[in-house]
Amino acid sequence: MTLAAQTMAAPVQGAAATPLLSVRDLTVSVRDRGVLRPLVEGLSFDLAAGETLAIAGESGSGKSITSLALMGLLPNNVAVTAGQALLDGTDLPRLPEAEMRGLRGAKVAMIFQEPMTSLNPVHRIGTQLIEAIRAHEPVPQRAARAAAIEALRRVRISEPERRMGQYPHELSGGMRQRVMIAMALAMRPALLIADEPTTALDVTVQREVLELLRDLQAETGTAIILITHDMGVVAETADRVVVMKAGQVVESGPVAQIFDAPAQPYTRDLLAAVPRLGAGAERGALLPPEAPVPVARLIDAQVRFDIGANFFGRPTHRVHAVEGVSFDIRPGETFGLVGESGCGKSTIAKALAGLVPHRGLIEVAGKKLSELTAQGRKEICRDVQMVFQDPMAALDPRMTVGEAVAEPLLIHGVGNAEERRDRAADLFQRVGLTPEQMTRYPHEFSGGQRQRICVARALALKPKLIICDESVSALDVSVQARVLALLEELQQEMGVSYLFISHDMAVVENVVDRLAVMYLGQIVEMGTRDQVFGDPRHPYTQRLLDAVPIPDPARRGRAHVRPAGEMPSPIRALGDAPARLALRDVGGGHLVAAAA
Amino acid sequence: MADTAASLPPTAPASALRRLLRRKLALFGLAIIVLVVGGAVCAPWIAPFAPDEQLFDGLTLFGEPLPPGGQFLMGTDLLGRDLFTRMLYGARTSLIIGVAANGVALVIGTLVGVLAGFRRGWLGALLMRFTDLMMAFPALLLAICLAAIFQPSLWIVAMVIALVNWVQTARVVYTETTSLAEREFVAAEKTLGASQARILFRHILPHLVPTLIVWGTLGISVTVLLEATLSFLGVGVQPPTPSWGNIIFENQTYFQAAPWLVFIPGAAILLLALAFNLVGDALRDVLDPTQRGND
Repeated sequence: MTLAAQTMAAPVQGAAATPLLSVRDLTVSVRDRGVLRPLVEGLSFDLAAGETLAIAGESGSGKSITSLALMGLLPNNVAVTAGQALLDGTDLPRLPEAEMRGLRGAKVAMIFQEPMTSLNPVHRIGTQLIEAIRAHEPVPQRAARAAAIEALRRVRISEPERRMGQYPHELSGGMRQRVMIAMALAMRPALLIADEPTTALDVTVQREVLELLRDLQAETGTAIILITHDMGVVAETADRVVVMKAGQVVESGPVAQIFDAPAQPYTRDLLAAVPRLGAGAERGALLPPEAPVPVARLIDAQVRFDIGANFFGRPTHRVHAVEGVSFDIRPGETFGLVGESGCGKSTIAKALAGLVPHRGLIEVAGKKLSELTAQGRKEICRDVQMVFQDPMAALDPRMTVGEAVAEPLLIHGVGNAEERRDRAADLFQRVGLTPEQMTRYPHEFSGGQRQRICVARALALKPKLIICDESVSALDVSVQARVLALLEELQQEMGVSYLFISHDMAVVENVVDRLAVMYLGQIVEMGTRDQVFGDPRHPYTQRLLDAVPIPDPARRGRAHVRPAGEMPSPIRALGDAPARLALRDVGGGHLVAAAA
Repeated sequence: MADTAASLPPTAPASALRRLLRRKLALFGLAIIVLVVGGAVCAPWIAPFAPDEQLFDGLTLFGEPLPPGGQFLMGTDLLGRDLFTRMLYGARTSLIIGVAANGVALVIGTLVGVLAGFRRGWLGALLMRFTDLMMAFPALLLAICLAAIFQPSLWIVAMVIALVNWVQTARVVYTETTSLAEREFVAAEKTLGASQARILFRHILPHLVPTLIVWGTLGISVTVLLEATLSFLGVGVQPPTPSWGNIIFENQTYFQAAPWLVFIPGAAILLLALAFNLVGDALRDVLDPTQRGND
């Protein structure tokens, strides 16, 4: 594949052959109170058939606006104000809407980040595919149906005939994205724009989708513009890269050159901020000693939700979200929980924070959660705090951030109003913000600043344990690196423990002391970071690690594990509890479940 | 403007009032409300005639009402009464119905909706099934029954209207509350150890304000017209006490011959509802911190 990509990229470097898409000095501006403000400025690139161009950048870099401009889908107050984008000689931004509609889907197709919102939830997959095909080619229903099934088969969806009759919600995220790809490629477009196509997917699924895109490209010669923030994905798929920042092109060139010899400081910083597997060893192998009283201890913890109802209102099924999980968190350590969506890692966080009822034993600071009174519940909040994934959602939009940070002190009756304000001001400074910002509201801050505010709020009560539930997943890599550094500083300063929950293996490897890998509500492997990352024993751990995109184009050709199929459902009929996995010590406290 | 907002961020209520007064539409609405309230309060001093006086020169020789202009600012009605006077006195009734009755309905609806949405469980189920029952029951029939049981007076009518009108508010508030209770910042509050009351009053109720403003202003015209309907059926405010609603209903059969008799009170109801709506909208924007700097 690497070879094929190189030969395809070859004519472009000569620039003799006319490129499929030629973008020159493209400027896109938004009209804001009568003033034109550029969102993308002077963007130029060429794209040949069969080539993959990655437009990489952090949020606000203008990468998504570029794709919308090419598709003619810009919002009303945004317009292309200069430059051109020639697709086979047609200037896309200046094409009348009626002609653009004919081109969309047939010659230029697009896939979006969230396949669930791009598919119509009330129509069957088949209906939507057939409609997409017949919108461009007046073929009879039966021929369109055959073409639709063929398209599904090409994206390697199992049982395509049956999928035709299913609705989007009946498919998993990865399958939905495949349907979107099938729909986009059904007309064999010359150009495919993929806007963060794998960002919402689990890593193993991401791996499969990326490989699928690459194989389909080799088959059909479609040119791909891949828009992404993930440098790992760029390294694994792109032939050439355009790095953007704040609407401007920072640097562009062949993928190997960008990664091996970045010319601009911004590119260098961006690449340095990308978490890499194997970089975690720098953290040192010194583990906090085992203490007599762990900060938190789970023994055979279970969380189950009953769902469905039969005629008598009795539940018929049960979600086994967490099934017999045991681990403990020592004072001053960072304990990681990793796994893909639906594995139960966030449910454990919620159970620890007392947001969902549990069975089995969960102890925080030596106190059993299930035996607490209402007062005790409140007291335990002083020991356990939580930092959520989306800081915008976790902060009350109608409250100033100063009030938000002082609120836990108010709730627990710490100090008087003035002392609370001073303490909040201290905390603001501690997380790298200024006390003057305390009178502002959450929407006036950037994502990284908001997450700092949430960290400050979590620190207000000087807790023993902070649960970070995907706390840095929604942040840009450079911001992510700074928030992670802050968390580590705070740990050294205050000795707080973290329960660090993430789907991102590279981030986890960089920050944790010990970790547990979860699959379907159970732990399949647990040990120190060196044990699990250095010597992964369970097949699922191995698959997770293999699937992580590596930000190094030179390592693209490595052998990949085969797709493992869909994750089974944690929803089971009542009375049909899943089999418990027995963990076996393979040396030095490295626990591994016997492979099923 | 942006500069003053940036340099003077604190003391929320004072700056909110200032920003409210900066909006022209809100000022217009406020002016109308002041005008109507002033007219209603000062009716005995402003009104040129007594409200139920049947004026001798209020009808033509053929017994027709007089159109607006001349001696009678808004014309006269079928019985030769001065319409302007009746509009002033009618404003008293309509304001009580539109503001007090509607306000009580809003409060009941909010209480039921928030309680059901926040507590869920059997209490929530009970409250919402009761709300559904009320919704399914013909409101007018209920109002007629209630009005027939009690001796009709202005305050009884207001209470009857409140008891009929809280249902829609309760439904909407319930839905809104359940979705707010699922929001992540509420979960975050729980992990901080916040009490139920704190979550409810500090974090859920403020978010309901926009919804309540919309339903409150919509309710004004609905309740004023409901009162008119009740008057028409003989169970509302008893004649000869005027209300904007019953002026319309008394005269609607002569709409073609004397259109002003329907048009003027109709326009008054519309204008009042519009005025409250403008002020409410502005209030909602001013109170919403995410809208700051947009004015």
